Amino acid sequence: MTNGLLAKQREVAVPGEVLCKGMDFLPGQGTYRQGDNIHAERLGLVSVEGRSIRIIPLSGKYMPKRDDIIICKVIDITLNGWRLDTNSAYSALLGLKEGSAEFIQRGADLKQIYDLGDYIMCQVIQVTSQKLVDVSMRGPGLRKIKGGRIIEVNPFKVPRIIGKQGSMISMVKQALNCNILVGQNGLIWIHGEPVAEQKAIAAIRKIEEESHVSGLTEKMKDYLQKSASR
Amino acid sequence: MYEELKNHVLGLLAKGTRLDGRKPLEYRQPIEVKKGYVPSADGSAYVRIGDTELIAGIKLNVDKPYPDTPDEGGIVIGAELYPLSSPEFETGPPSIQAVELARVVDRGIRESKAVDFRKMCITPNEKAWFIVLDICTMNDGGNLFDAAALAAIAALQDCTFPAYDGIRIDYKTRTREKLPVRKAPLSVTVLKAGNQYVVDPTYEEEKVYDARLSVAVEEDGTLCALQKGGDEALSDEDILAMIDIAAGKTEELRKLL
Amino acid sequence: MAYTKRIEGRGFDETRPIEAKVGVIKRADGSAMFKIGNTWAYAAVYGPRNLHPKFLQDPSRGVLRCNYNMMPFSSYNDRVRPGASRRSKEISMVTQKALLPVLNLDDFPNSVVDVFIELPLTEAGSRCAGICAASMALADAGLEMKDLVSAVSVGRVDDKILVDLDYSEEAYEDGPVADIPVAMMPNLGKITLLQMDGEVSREMIAEALEKARKVCGDIYEVQKAALKDKYPQMGNNE
Repeated sequence: MTNGLLAKQREVAVPGEVLCKGMDFLPGQGTYRQGDNIHAERLGLVSVEGRSIRIIPLSGKYMPKRDDIIICKVIDITLNGWRLDTNSAYSALLGLKEGSAEFIQRGADLKQIYDLGDYIMCQVIQVTSQKLVDVSMRGPGLRKIKGGRIIEVNPFKVPRIIGKQGSMISMVKQALNCNILVGQNGLIWIHGEPVAEQKAIAAIRKIEEESHVSGLTEKMKDYLQKSASR
Repeated sequence: MYEELKNHVLGLLAKGTRLDGRKPLEYRQPIEVKKGYVPSADGSAYVRIGDTELIAGIKLNVDKPYPDTPDEGGIVIGAELYPLSSPEFETGPPSIQAVELARVVDRGIRESKAVDFRKMCITPNEKAWFIVLDICTMNDGGNLFDAAALAAIAALQDCTFPAYDGIRIDYKTRTREKLPVRKAPLSVTVLKAGNQYVVDPTYEEEKVYDARLSVAVEEDGTLCALQKGGDEALSDEDILAMIDIAAGKTEELRKLL
Repeated sequence: MAYTKRIEGRGFDETRPIEAKVGVIKRADGSAMFKIGNTWAYAAVYGPRNLHPKFLQDPSRGVLRCNYNMMPFSSYNDRVRPGASRRSKEISMVTQKALLPVLNLDDFPNSVVDVFIELPLTEAGSRCAGICAASMALADAGLEMKDLVSAVSVGRVDDKILVDLDYSEEAYEDGPVADIPVAMMPNLGKITLLQMDGEVSREMIAEALEKARKVCGDIYEVQKAALKDKYPQMGNNE
């Protein structure tokens, strides 16, 4: 153990756990150095990349980040636009200027565009240090969501659920003939036949639970084939 | 605020299914009843229906009987909707939701005369046993009403008297004497959404129903309590249909006691 | 008079049996159960989330709010009236102070992390059990924490320093007694909760802290295992 590494790659580490001793490694995300030791700073998976050791989070609430594409719910309509629930500790503002690709007249009835309770797919354009969040509806694919249903998943599992270039979620969509939109904030919209929706949700939950199992893509391919044929 | 969800739920119900794939009159699984769950209580029960979990616990007390029932003991039922069990509950005095829950469960137990209060008298006009039953939520997955009613009667059936020397109760010493429980009222809550009737709602479904009817039923089918809730109105046909559904479902729950 | 034997032959340095589990309250963002003998604590974490009313908000970081409560039927004596008592308010406060030093809430200005602790069964050592459960729940919720927090009540009964006092020892009448709840960061070695009621000498405190340190280290292993147990498949695949 000349390099002082105590934790194993892809092992679960808990806060405070000593990951390595000595100065051979650099403390990356989710870790910190105290004297000779590097400790985990949150619950997650140990990831050693070269000389850097970091923790991949397994859970936590979503934190709005610039450029994220998220699914939000309209919770208020103000003079300046719409206030949205982002599924985080911070609400977002969709201003008039960013409300849609078309120009919105002053004095227009904002309820006609997005009403209270409507779900929209929007993009985060700004997050201040005080976590004031601005979003926009101007961008490819951004739109109001109609019909279907929304489920909530662990936001840290979203990359796995989407897959490389959308490959994982496309598999689910095709196998079960459902429309699916995945928000980085952990909200997912599904629209299809009732039974297909159920199966899609079950498939997504499975990916969520086994997100760090290797060979998951193959496993899901099999799973979806069986699920679709039932 | 829940238009989209409501439309979806109604659409699913029209096809005979629900958000979690259940049939409209199907209870979640598993349903568990664990009597004697808390050793410090005189009687207790843990109940789980799907993801909904709660504990009912009893502490017996000796007190002066009420003036209008000098030879009877009594019961007081309270409910705590702990903020631990849902992001929607807050700390502080019982909300109206908690008060309603306690009073509805109370009515089912009281009106059925499930407990023989006469047998709880020690000395008429002076001393009688009183039951204080507290319902404490652990996880609100929906349908607290039915879980609470089930836990309450299970806790009453589990309850034994602590030792009492005439002056002080020794809670640490149990007797074998059980509470005089002679009936087992159970409650089923039926919801109306659109034109459909549904039982055992999840917390999501609870946001989109139009009206609900909680029905307490005794073993022989006698109704002993009713409570209508929700913002919409019900017709006579609705009410009778919902009562019939509830009566049928209580038989299923009764097997777990 | 010397104190020689504990109930059921427990060693002076031995705690009651301990059980811990993580992820026990489905609706919560993080949750855990910690049982020690006949004291059962459940903790649920909600947050970071919106904080109202506004005057409670801290624009520089998230606020940690703790609420400790015993269920009415949890005591082996009389029923406990529901609602906050002076005792439960104080315990809520020292719990918050015990947990705050490990947390980093700088990323969550104006928001709150709520910790709710409920005890269905209490027989001594409840605030420590609550802290043990709460710290696992905070980790389960994915919050940034320098360390977990482990806690145990040590105490003085007569001439002995004991670990994890039970009810009869707290109520011991044949000699001097002191109840000393201690919470600490097991990896960093710092103490975040310390209370004492009773009478002790300075040497006894030193001995009590040393014993607490050892026991908290053992408790940390249990908390760690409970957190890791929630993810059984992880780390086994390459």
